[in-house]
Amino acid sequence: MIEVIKKYLNMFGLPRLIITALFIGICITAIVIGLPVSLLASDVIRRFGMFGILALAMVPSIQSGTGPNFALPIGIICGLLGSLLTIEFGLTSPALGYGFISAVLISLPFAILSGWVYGILLNKIKGSEMLVATYTGFSIVSFMQIGWVTLPFTHPEMRWPIGQGLRVTVSLDSSFGEVLNRVWGFSISGVYIPTGLLLFFFGCCGLVWLFSRSKSGIEMNIAGANPKFAVASGINVDKNRVVGTILSTIIGAVGIIVYSLSFGYLQLYLAPLYMAFPAVAAVLIGGASTSKVKISHVLIGTFLFQGLLTVALPVANQMFPEGNLSEVLRMIVQNGIILYALTKMGGEYNGWS
Amino acid sequence: MAGVNEAKTTKTNKTNTSNSIKKFLFDSSVPLLFIIICLAGVYFSELPLLFIMNTLLKRVTRNSFMVLSLIIPVIAGLGLNFGIVIGAMAGQFAIIAVTHFKISGFPGFMMCILLATPIAIIFGIFIAILLNRTKGQEMISSMIAGFFANGVYQFILLFLVGTLIPLRNPDLVLSRGIGVRNTIDLTTATGLKYSLDNVLWYPLFYVLAGIAALVIIVICIDYYLKRKKIPESIDNFKFITQLIITAAILAVSLYVIMTGSILINVKLPIITTLFIAALWWFNVSIMKTKMGQDFRTVGHDMEIAKISGVDVDRTRTIAMIISTVFAAWGQIIFLQNIGTLSTYGSHVSIATFSIAAILLGGASVTKATSGQAILGVILFHTLFIVSPKAGNNLFGDAQIGEFFRAFVSYGVIGVALGLHAWNKRVQAIRRRLDA
Repeated sequence: MIEVIKKYLNMFGLPRLIITALFIGICITAIVIGLPVSLLASDVIRRFGMFGILALAMVPSIQSGTGPNFALPIGIICGLLGSLLTIEFGLTSPALGYGFISAVLISLPFAILSGWVYGILLNKIKGSEMLVATYTGFSIVSFMQIGWVTLPFTHPEMRWPIGQGLRVTVSLDSSFGEVLNRVWGFSISGVYIPTGLLLFFFGCCGLVWLFSRSKSGIEMNIAGANPKFAVASGINVDKNRVVGTILSTIIGAVGIIVYSLSFGYLQLYLAPLYMAFPAVAAVLIGGASTSKVKISHVLIGTFLFQGLLTVALPVANQMFPEGNLSEVLRMIVQNGIILYALTKMGGEYNGWS
Repeated sequence: MAGVNEAKTTKTNKTNTSNSIKKFLFDSSVPLLFIIICLAGVYFSELPLLFIMNTLLKRVTRNSFMVLSLIIPVIAGLGLNFGIVIGAMAGQFAIIAVTHFKISGFPGFMMCILLATPIAIIFGIFIAILLNRTKGQEMISSMIAGFFANGVYQFILLFLVGTLIPLRNPDLVLSRGIGVRNTIDLTTATGLKYSLDNVLWYPLFYVLAGIAALVIIVICIDYYLKRKKIPESIDNFKFITQLIITAAILAVSLYVIMTGSILINVKLPIITTLFIAALWWFNVSIMKTKMGQDFRTVGHDMEIAKISGVDVDRTRTIAMIISTVFAAWGQIIFLQNIGTLSTYGSHVSIATFSIAAILLGGASVTKATSGQAILGVILFHTLFIVSPKAGNNLFGDAQIGEFFRAFVSYGVIGVALGLHAWNKRVQAIRRRLDA
């Protein structure tokens, strides 16, 4: 009996169990203290769809063997650039999805180029990807702070009315704000289902899944899972790692566009600095490790983590009106799961160095 | 015959000197680059020298201790210790306690040190346990551990104080009775502000002149004695650079004193400086002990260390404990100078700034000296002081200078880590090819 429990516990993972229990516990508390369930459910679903693609960006990078993409801010910056250029040039006609499609298209070349360069960098530093990635992300974000002030954008919605540079948050009301959420959106007994958003998220998941079934996807998986074997069977490991990084950067760019769209604002300056961490934590909570990941991990992890944060906010505010308990909870859960994954990494990584 | 021999030795000496100059330039390309950037910044900022000196001295004396706490983990092969954030938290716990008990002045400061040490030792053991389970990924682990600990720290101070921890002090606790205030004022009559600095102030240039004169005498005697006994161990290049630098310091200080310039008003907190000097001395002298040799062996190669009978995990644990304790003390020194404890903010960026500083000084992930740490602190803070004004004068926007500064602190860490990882990999490939 105990053996069986142990086996299942190992399969499910202790931290996942704790987080699931915490999520269920908080949901019950929310119902007990009488918070509006339909509103909470709508929020959880919206946050799930909004954040999912950023977590999905971890899949190609983990599969190609570069570990969780802590340099997600690179993709995020590309997505922001695409959105800003869309607004700047007024490519917001309904045919272009009020700018959504054009933002994605414009950010693609940026993402491909920077992903390619960054992928080559990652090949030089095998074995220390996560740390270097983190600081690459930090550097890019802080470098782009200078960019946001100096780049010659002119659209009045983006610039400060007085002074230099772009606003800290740029409203998307007149362009593609909430455009996906409203596509075929409907509500059942007060729970709003943003059908377009969810469909787009699932569509992206499907594409990534299809890619991982394709010939190049399988090659990439082998290159990531067992580089020595891959080399022996004639697979170019370095090339596949670059492909994985480019894909991850592209998905990151699309991810931030969807995120901002649903949020209603583009967040510039320091906002992207720590955005990689919740995305990494989400896939890890879903059951991924630093070297193995499945699409189901993205779905489960994003739902659990974002659901937990969404429900915890009003519950925590009810119990402790001052002080940000849900933010504290986020820090502990998010970084705790990353630490747990790091301790589980074990020897497989040391094989590289 | 003798003449030929002599000519030969002078020739080798000469190539040695030019080689050492080349090596020096190559090894210290980062600090040299940033010395140029800093000088340009000072020039373009058009700030008065007195202001720069005063602010710089204040910042250097309050931050050096923290940066010096990074040295031992680097030697022990743990890389740059992002976990000093956790040490800083230990220091802040102690400060809150001492502020609550209203112990002021120097006794208050010593009380803080006394309280912080056991907490920091426990934290250090925790980090070491974690890092011993994540060998090869120590830096990212210590960084994430810092973020995680920040969550726990906030939980304790925001929600456990007033509920589980009975603290009823309206100066410290929020009006609802739960949670510590966002800022704690240390400037009150019973506060800790300047509790260490105020013990003794002395004009900087008198101290500098005295020290420089002393150093010149010492190195000259040392050179003379060596020349008599063991002439082959003489490093002409090192001797001359040391002599030039100290002579320059002496000349500048004497000039300032003689001309009675206003720079003479720049005052140095003597005891704080002594604390820093003591840590420097500790970092140097521990390397001559058995413990220090163990650090070096473990840092060089864990496998070899294990074979030669060194307890690797224990050595790494001790290195982490030392670093964490010093980080806690460093945070106390830092806050007694600042005068306000920002309960949930003072410690957050400590690791990034300290590590960026030590890297600017020319350190790397595997090699760091106390001299590099101090040089780095000076460069980093010069950049800190002048960049907003220089940015304003050059680009018409102070923000650009500040963003540049942020970019430098993240960028220099990123580049250093990247170069280290690349180097490690190249060496690994070479070893594999040799085998």
